[in-house]
Amino acid sequence: MSTSTAPAPEQTRRRRPQSEGRRRAVRRAWLTYLLLIALAIIYIFPFLVQVATSFKTEPEAAQNPLGIIPQNWTVAAYIGLFANSDFPQWGMNSFIVTLFVTLGRVFFNSLAGYALARIPFRGRGLVFALLVAVMAVPGVVLLIPKFLVINQLGIYDSYAGMILPLLADAAGVFIMKNFFESIPASVEEQARIDGAGTFRTFWSVVLPMARPAVMTIVILSFQGSWNELNHFIISTQSPDLTTLTKGVAQLASGALSQGTQYPLKLAAAALMTVPVAIVFFIFQKRIMNASAGAVKE
Amino acid sequence: MPSTPAAAPKATGTTSPRRGNIRGRQGLAGWLFIAPVVVILGLFLVVPVLMAAWVSMSDWTGRGSPFSGNVSFVGAENYAGILGGEGLIGRDFGTAIRNNLYYVLLVVPLQTALSLFLAVMVNRQILRGRGVFRTAFYFPSVTSSVAITVLWLFLFSATGVVNKVLSFFAIEGPNWFQDPRGVLYILLGLVGLDQAPDALQTPGFLGITGWDWLAGPSVAMSAFILMAVFTTSGTFMLLFIAALQNISGEVQEAAMMDGTTGWQRFWNVTLPMLRPTLFTVLTLGLIGTWQVFDQIYTGTQGGPAKTTLTPAYLSFNAAFVDQQWGVGAAIAFVLFAIIVVLTLLQRWALQERDVPRRRRMVPAGVSAGSSAAGATGTAARKNEERGSSR
Repeated sequence: MSTSTAPAPEQTRRRRPQSEGRRRAVRRAWLTYLLLIALAIIYIFPFLVQVATSFKTEPEAAQNPLGIIPQNWTVAAYIGLFANSDFPQWGMNSFIVTLFVTLGRVFFNSLAGYALARIPFRGRGLVFALLVAVMAVPGVVLLIPKFLVINQLGIYDSYAGMILPLLADAAGVFIMKNFFESIPASVEEQARIDGAGTFRTFWSVVLPMARPAVMTIVILSFQGSWNELNHFIISTQSPDLTTLTKGVAQLASGALSQGTQYPLKLAAAALMTVPVAIVFFIFQKRIMNASAGAVKE
Repeated sequence: MPSTPAAAPKATGTTSPRRGNIRGRQGLAGWLFIAPVVVILGLFLVVPVLMAAWVSMSDWTGRGSPFSGNVSFVGAENYAGILGGEGLIGRDFGTAIRNNLYYVLLVVPLQTALSLFLAVMVNRQILRGRGVFRTAFYFPSVTSSVAITVLWLFLFSATGVVNKVLSFFAIEGPNWFQDPRGVLYILLGLVGLDQAPDALQTPGFLGITGWDWLAGPSVAMSAFILMAVFTTSGTFMLLFIAALQNISGEVQEAAMMDGTTGWQRFWNVTLPMLRPTLFTVLTLGLIGTWQVFDQIYTGTQGGPAKTTLTPAYLSFNAAFVDQQWGVGAAIAFVLFAIIVVLTLLQRWALQERDVPRRRRMVPAGVSAGSSAAGATGTAARKNEERGSSR
């Protein structure tokens, strides 16, 4: 191909593949949509079935599991949950534990994160290394060990035993540490010059600036402690201290059931999902960013 | 960390006469700030592990304190009991390892591939309603494992949704959570092979026969495998999306100018750049899938015929139900060792492959994963060459 070739044929040759390519792109876009919609239905449909089934009678749930609109609406499952089971008590316990764990984590994580990010002290590197090591220990292998200590401390089967071990969370400390490092140090200097002590500087100057990170901790702690199961299995035994996760798990494995009782079980599962679902839809954007940045758990 | 050097000289610089004092006060403040977390982690993580190490080498039965006089040291007896493959607990442990191994082998690749696929699809620039799709795929990840398991028990029950859908295609679905048959058994049965050859009948590694090792996950376990893929793909999708958004559009454009197809771009440009995220997802997947507990506790308690028994559940059961605390603790430590070894092994395997590939690609001049600028540069240069040749 020589440089003297007229530009005209070149242009036409270029345009044709472009328009064809375009058509192909449009077709591909449609295919993408169809595929994604099909996948989205697969992901969401089970939850629609869950809610629908909780309003069905037991025979209908077995006969017509796919129907999203119940033929005979009934709230029998919900009445059964609230009148004939400890469901309200479970909900109350989950709420209490979640509240204290979330508050405690916000406070302790931000204190520790601030110390790691901003306060030079002897042994800081060691503490940091230990936190990293601790994060690597898989939770499930700690079931028996945790029970041993809780038992030894005499806090087995109490709120203290349910709440205290959940208060420390190394991942949260890292989130706070990273955020505090991103705040310019000049802000604190100003407060120091004005004569504020370390805690004062932290509490009234730095912490208010860390609201986004604090919200991330709140959301992650809320989700984590509301959905926690195995810690409550090993730290409590009395029915008065049963949480939603433990109660519903026992319900599912047939503790109080005759027959399949699918509407009742699905109603319980749906109700326990409501709080996390609400938090998820309110803070959607932040949750998705937080999870992407600092892996859920 | 960058703040450390900046903060330190300032503290000492401004108040040089009282340097020691301020340093000491800061040190105290630092320790006070970090104390709650250190105490709680120490008390509920470090101390427990030490106590469990002792219990795993004792014959404690759960009564009284494990440190009292009538608990005796039994050495490696508990470990030998589990790993020897003899007796009930040995065979149960072998079965649990076998079950969980199939779970890991299927869940990790499936969830990684699916989440990567979802991320690439959702991340398309032309796509409208990306947020809606992202929400739909992520939603299962926020629900608790208990709620999802309850839902799954219904979906996969004999008269459940899945079997109903299968019946539209004239397939009679199994009674999923009651079916202990191995998936490979069923496949082999289809071609008429339903008797184990003699060589595979004798108990082998961990007391499990070769035929049982080869059986594949049971139908019940397969339902749990699908559940794991369903609930985790959303979380990992977010990790991939975050990584994809860091790949500049220019690299893609440059590759496009080079006349690559979408498929080539994905394999030669996108995937190498996603390598660190891929590594994270595989590692997290590997660690997570060896810890199956909640689903089994809620759903099947190890049944049918022990085909959903996992080491984590077995450890719990041995201690809290059978009161064999030493055995339970020993299983937990073996599980911990498995997870650590496999993670290190995987890290090593992925790094080994990483080096030659880069070396191979850089001289070739094609976009070599790591440097986006380099790729754009070469692509742009090629473009110029082509232009000048005209």
